[in-house]
Amino acid sequence: MRRWGLLAKEALTQTLTFARFFCLFHVTNHYLWSPTLVFGPSMLPTLNLTGDVILAEYVSHRVGRLGPGDIVFVRSPVDPNKIVTKRIVGVEGDRVTYFKPRNGDSCHTVVVPKGHVWIQGDNLYASRDSRQFGPVPYGLIEGKAFFRVWPPNSFGSLG
Amino acid sequence: MSTYLIGQKTCMNCKTLNPQLPLQPCRCILGEISNMAAHNFLWSLTKNCFTFGLIGLTVSDRYASIVPVRGSSMSPTFNPTTDSFMGSLSDDHVLMEKFCLQKYKFSHGDVIVFCSPSNHKEKHVKRIIGLPGDWIGTPMTNDVVKVPNGHCWVEGDNPSSSLDSRSFGPIPLGLVKGRVTHILWPPQRVRHVERKNHQKRHSPS
Repeated sequence: MRRWGLLAKEALTQTLTFARFFCLFHVTNHYLWSPTLVFGPSMLPTLNLTGDVILAEYVSHRVGRLGPGDIVFVRSPVDPNKIVTKRIVGVEGDRVTYFKPRNGDSCHTVVVPKGHVWIQGDNLYASRDSRQFGPVPYGLIEGKAFFRVWPPNSFGSLG
Repeated sequence: MSTYLIGQKTCMNCKTLNPQLPLQPCRCILGEISNMAAHNFLWSLTKNCFTFGLIGLTVSDRYASIVPVRGSSMSPTFNPTTDSFMGSLSDDHVLMEKFCLQKYKFSHGDVIVFCSPSNHKEKHVKRIIGLPGDWIGTPMTNDVVKVPNGHCWVEGDNPSSSLDSRSFGPIPLGLVKGRVTHILWPPQRVRHVERKNHQKRHSPS
């Protein structure tokens, strides 16, 4: 009888330790930083086609310190299960001029509405971004990329 | 650390002759133990607070949390009476679950909590009227709008005082932060929040 009591207590302690580590892992990955794998052609030449391991931080977008030039992770407005990596070109109130390379090279100017940002990939010829789906609400931003870990020859902080 | 050996009368720690040894520990040790006990108590209290804070934050981020509903845009489902005397005490508090965010799979008539598209710090509670591909009729402009991929059309149950998709258009599903399943406060209004379909407003694709 006593053995079952001891066993239950041991199981409870182990579960609590596991819960503690799991919660620490969750809080770090959602509120501090985490490594992410990014791949695709839309951010060439900044990010490689075959894949980079990037450190993403989750502090800047919560305190509102994001501005033009930052590489951000955004939940796609076209498919909420996908997260895309693009660069912020304009914030609310900015006047953004863009062109669509495959649509007759026509130039358009748009004012970014309140609470939205305009994101574009560095590779304008192979990127689906705000030029296709319009300005995205600030609430869709998940994090900011600030450091590249892999491949080792381009180890370093991202502009 | 052994402070006394059986039979000895000299404390090994403070090196004084103490006739009470070895039956009672020396006074120098008692002082150190009580200091350590207080220090340990404070430290374990801090650790426990930190652990429970982390667990609470994780549970409210991943599984479910309780949110107060303010305003009357969802009357009579939430806040059926505007009771300005009691203020925020009489607000409905609802249970918001986050399991729906695994696949972003919603149904018509779900009540959801989402970040406002014009101010990401505000959260709104509305009902989903249209999912991607649906056609929504707006009687105001006599127009028919198709809900784009990855977006949804939300409206409040009280159309006269609700700021919803009729003003700011369809919202991306990525802005949704949870789905409301139950009302938990006040106690006389504890119930499950039902799905309500607006058949006259939308037609599936």
